Amino acid sequence: MSDHHHHAAPAVDLNGPAWGGKISPFKVSYGKLMMWFFLVSDALTFGGLLTAYGFARHAYGGAWPSSETVFHHFPFAGHAHLPLIYVAFMTFVLIVSSVTMVLAVEAGHRMDKKGVIFWLGLTVLGGLIFVGSQAWEWTTFIAGPDGDFWNFGPNGDNATLWYNSYGAPQSAHEHHGDIAHSPQHYAMFFFFITGFHGFHVFSGVVINIIILIQVIQGVFEKRGHYEMVEKIGLYWHFVDLVWVFVFTFFYLL
Amino acid sequence: MEDRDDIIEYSLYNHHNEEEGKKIRKKIWKVTFILTAITAFEIFMGVSYSKGVMEHTSAWMWIKLLYVVLTIGKAAFIVIVFMHLGDERKAFKWCILAPYILFIIYLFVICRHEGLSVIWGAYGT
Repeated sequence: MSDHHHHAAPAVDLNGPAWGGKISPFKVSYGKLMMWFFLVSDALTFGGLLTAYGFARHAYGGAWPSSETVFHHFPFAGHAHLPLIYVAFMTFVLIVSSVTMVLAVEAGHRMDKKGVIFWLGLTVLGGLIFVGSQAWEWTTFIAGPDGDFWNFGPNGDNATLWYNSYGAPQSAHEHHGDIAHSPQHYAMFFFFITGFHGFHVFSGVVINIIILIQVIQGVFEKRGHYEMVEKIGLYWHFVDLVWVFVFTFFYLL
Repeated sequence: MEDRDDIIEYSLYNHHNEEEGKKIRKKIWKVTFILTAITAFEIFMGVSYSKGVMEHTSAWMWIKLLYVVLTIGKAAFIVIVFMHLGDERKAFKWCILAPYILFIIYLFVICRHEGLSVIWGAYGT
């Protein structure tokens, strides 16, 4: 146990009956418990979105664009054909930022202020790289095959909520009827799912910056524990967790 | 804030010394390696055996299943190790996992069934 324990000893027996009252039966604080409950509800939202995506794909049969034929660009690589490589880079950045976050939590458990600042700082950096990458990904997706982002006119091929030119695979033409709408749904789901996730990342970066400032100010050193870093850590890992699923269901399958 | 003896700082029970920290960090780097290796393998599969090429072969179903298994494996590592759910009390683990798993399986099965009904209904396959 750490020497930084400058709170009075609890007046209740922590090893007594868990459900007898006065203590948390889960041995976690209110804040951490509520963060977990929030994450469960948020996971249901993302689960709902991904399931809706699966529903749309099944309903359209084979008439759905293959993501590796849509996402094959790489910044500064010109017209090089590199399917999924940039998404792989983004995925790797998010995993690494999750690692730096868990290292910040570990440093907090040792009351190592410098360690928390270092690892949390790197987590902020990783988050910024990811959000920037997503902005680039959206720009490239919207610009469409002609690469012109600003051509929203009737002659352009820009992706919008109503139109995009990422067609369905050839085999889809054996079906008729609703097929023309399939690529449209593809863009809608791309914007909504990656947008909703991207907004989570953006919020996470803002929260991480706020807590980083408080760490530097010594707020948690004075408090005697870095539980706040644990709590924002849970949120940050969750954002990484969601991306693991988005990556599989949107880009690979 | 003045000290109160009726507030339990549960976070203090997670504190550890440098020696224990070393062990924990070793585990973190191990999990990092596993997550990176799985992701690299998925990318390799995604590029070499892409959906566009494999979709109409009988192997595609198995590739899809492999992706799902790998993804759930990655998710388990993140939740159990990075989010420390593995270190929590049993009642807490189930309180978080059971309702979610139950609901998401129901949602998945029902939406998949309804989705397939749309195309089967429309094209009479």
